[in-house]
Formats: sequence, C-alpha cells, structure tokens
Amino acid sequence: MIEIQNLTKRYGQITAVNNISFTVDKGEILGFLGPNGAGKSTTMNIITGYIPSTEGTVKVDGYDILESPREVKKRIGFLPEQPPVYMDMTVIDYLNFVADLKKVDKKQKRSQISDIMELVKIGDHRNRLIKNLSKGYKQRVGLAQALVGSPEVLILDEPTVGLDPKQIIEIRKLIKALGKEHTIILSSHILPEVSAVCERIVIINKGEIAAIDTPENLSKGLGSASKLTATISGPRSSVENAIREIYGVKYVEATSSRDSDTTTYVIESDKDVDIRKPLFFAMARLGYPIIELKSLSMSLEDIFLQIVTEEKEVG
Amino acid sequence: MKAIFWKEVKSYFYSPMAYILIGLFILLTSIIFMPYLRYGYGLFNNVLETMGFILIVVIPILTMRILAEDRKHGTEVLLITSPVNITSIVVGKFLAVYFVFFVMTALTFVYPIVMVAFGAKFTAQLVGGYIGFLLLGATYIAVGVFASSLTENQVIAVIISYVSLLIMWLADSVSTLVGGFVAKVLNWFSILSRYDDFNRGILGLSPVVYYLSFTAVFLFLTVRVIEKRRWSQG
Repeated sequence: MIEIQNLTKRYGQITAVNNISFTVDKGEILGFLGPNGAGKSTTMNIITGYIPSTEGTVKVDGYDILESPREVKKRIGFLPEQPPVYMDMTVIDYLNFVADLKKVDKKQKRSQISDIMELVKIGDHRNRLIKNLSKGYKQRVGLAQALVGSPEVLILDEPTVGLDPKQIIEIRKLIKALGKEHTIILSSHILPEVSAVCERIVIINKGEIAAIDTPENLSKGLGSASKLTATISGPRSSVENAIREIYGVKYVEATSSRDSDTTTYVIESDKDVDIRKPLFFAMARLGYPIIELKSLSMSLEDIFLQIVTEEKEVG
Repeated sequence: MKAIFWKEVKSYFYSPMAYILIGLFILLTSIIFMPYLRYGYGLFNNVLETMGFILIVVIPILTMRILAEDRKHGTEVLLITSPVNITSIVVGKFLAVYFVFFVMTALTFVYPIVMVAFGAKFTAQLVGGYIGFLLLGATYIAVGVFASSLTENQVIAVIISYVSLLIMWLADSVSTLVGGFVAKVLNWFSILSRYDDFNRGILGLSPVVYYLSFTAVFLFLTVRVIEKRRWSQG
C-alpha cells in the first residue's frame, strides 16, 4: 500500500532523514519508533505531501507523491503532532469544513461526520468551540479530521502525546479498531504504546532505520544474551570466580553490596543456556547461600535503548 | 477553494473582527462625507478618493491573519495535505477578504444614494469611481495577503502591509521629486496615478489591466512563498 524508497531529506548541512526504505502492506499497523528528533515527523510529513523529499520516492497505492499529489492526498488521513484544528470553530463546523475541503460527497457528508463523531466519542461536544475543549478532546477532533473522507491510509504522528493514561488506553483501542479497515502508520517515542498496538515496528534513529520487525521478533532476536541478577552471601572474589566457571556464563559484575558479605551480581549468559540450576549447585557446594535470584528478560524498552545507543557508539 | 472561501468568510463574521473593521470604516467615511452633505458639494468622487486612503488603514488589519494564523496554529498542514492545490488555497482566502471588503464598500453606496435623492446628478463618473475603488481594494488585499504569507506573526504582517501600501501611496509624489530611473520604478508601483482616471470618469482598459495584473502578481508571489517554505522547512 505504501512504498518508501531511499527517502532522504536534507536541510542545508543537516540530514534529517537518510536513505530510508520500507513498505507497509494493506491493513497493517506499522509502528514508527525513535527518540525525539530521529526524523519520524519529517518522514511522515513527506509521506503526506506536506514537505517534499530531497531524494527518493513515496508511493501510496501506486501513486507517486510528487507526480500525482492529489491522488495520494485523497488516500491519506493525517494527524500531525499538533492537531490542525481551528480554535474559533465549533467541532461540527470544523468537521464540515474538512469534509468540504476533502470534497466528500454532499449526500454522504452528514452521515459520515456523525459516524466519525460517534466513533471517536465527541458527539456530545459537537457544538462547543474547539478552543474550549481539553487536550484529549482536541486530539480526538484531530483524529476525527483524519478520518473524514474515509481515506485508506492513516498517518498518526504521536497520537497519544499529552493525554492522561485513561485517554491513552482509549485512543489505543480506537487505533486498533481502525486498523481493521485502514492501513496505519503510527509514530511514537514510547515503546509500550507501539508494542501494544502495532504489528510491525520500524525503529528509526538519527534519520536511519535501525531495525524493522515484529515486536516479538525484536525482543527475541535482538537480545543476544539472557541476564539475571543474583544476591549471594559470600566473599565477593570467590563467588565471582565460581560463577565464571559455570558453563555458558559470559559476564559477571558485582553491582551492589548490602553488607560486608552479601553482594548482588548481574550475570549474563548465552541465550539458550539456563544457568540457574548450575548456579544453585555451585553455590551450594561452596556453602554460599543465594538470597535472591531473578531473571531479567530483555524488554522492548531495553532493546530500543540498546539499538539507539549502539548506533550512537558506531556514529 | 469554495470550502476555504466560506470558512474564512464565516470566521470573519463569527468573530467581532469584521464588525469592528466595517464599523471603523463606515465611521471614518461618514466623517468625511458629512461636510459634503452639509455644504452641498455635488461630487462624491472626492469622498471616494479619501476612502481609498482609509483602506490603507483597514485592509492590513483585515488581511494580517489570513495566512499567518494558519501557520502559527499548525492548520496549514491540514490545508496543504488535503487534496487542494496551493493556488486555490490562496485564491480562496483572497476572495474571502475581498468579500468582506465588498460588503464594506456596498454599505457606502448609501452616501451617493442620499446625494442623488436630494438632487445631485447620477453620473458615469460615480460608477467609474466605484469600479476603480473596487479594483484598488483588490490590489491592497493582494499585498496584504502576500505580507501575511511572509510571517507567522500577525503584527509583523500588518506592519509589512502598512509600509508597502504607504510606499505605494506615496510613490507618485516621491517620483516627481527624484526623477530618472527611480521615478520610473516608483511609477510602476504608483497605484494612485491610475486611480485618478477612474475618478475623472475615464474607464480605460489599461488601468483595469494594471490593477488586475498587480493583484495576480502578488497572489502568485504568495503561492511561491508558501511553496518555497515547504522545500526548506522541517
């Protein structure tokens, strides 16, 4: 549905987006993840035709954004970071205006707008001025605006930013529901959000793609080691040495000491080896009791940070 | 284009903006018109000429928000990413301002009607004067729309339009002082020298074409400014 090829955007000396390529299939929800300033918004602005790219092509449903912008724009509903609402209009006037702007058929307009208002739950506020609405409701009006004209593709730039937790959950649910009928690209710098909603994730950092995969594969594939923390009573050096001798252990580090002879260690081992049993027997043989043993599975958060910081070290 | 036109017209008339400006305009023109009524001067065209100057005060306030506001509040994204080209956005907005201006002008029809009712002659000069006035307004509005596209700050937009319109207003008298090449350039921008013909009752093709093309050029420049910014912004 959306093909992005070798997309590059430069502003003078600064390269905001560097040679990005990916595709989004019909009906897919794609998460666009990256730290602030990674180039997420720039990429979205290019896909929607708000700004042109320096190099590379964007095709939506086979139409190129530079060659036939109108065809592309017809197929896209865009919610920018700041919802593009007119503060001095009422909700209903605003949505009517957007419908006219997007050339929605006169006969369908009324029913379409009331359907959308019901979907994003702003029907009760239809006659209020947008400037008097709360941030969450403004965001919903922004989302409603993107839905007007029933575009096949929705591009949502940080749709939950600045909302309270309850609203965030509602908006996520809504996006999931919309994903049944629309192709969606969703950007965020918050990981749980993307992993909760999206089927596939593009991690972008410093204008380049760092990883593309499903959330499951990302957490499986990228953690090259499994980690645990163990709190053990015993002299530090002999405990460390004993741990190092266990098969599969790659790395041990004492992180904190509770008192003179109880220390917490972080142990990293090969991914496919479970060292908890051998660790227990090794410590039992030496007579050092294990006070606490906890496995640290790598969350998406860790992976995200890992990818982003690795990139930093390379660059 | 139609959607943008109606939206802008509504936003002028739903806010106090249009009423305050129209009120101000009518107040000022009434003050000018009063002595004519009192002392029985027959020719309304002199009032029209002064009204042309009042426009310089009123039009920039009317146009300052037209594009700057969209940029400031991020609604520009909505307009540009919707299936409408930039020219129709600009023209739609221009026409909306023109509509307000036209309402304003139409209200002043009362003055000559009163004069004619009390014995003044209804002349072609009067009609010509109004045609000129409507064309003059178009050029002022185009300049104002252009100024509004340059910045997201409405105060700066209004200052740019005031300065440009005053230069255009003074161009004629300055050019007679300096002479030479500078005078030629200034004459090109001298909107008023063309306006005189209308007020004398001469309806020539060339001033009409001049006003219309002046308007078109400024609207075209506005489109270029918006286009150019798309290429350079994040």
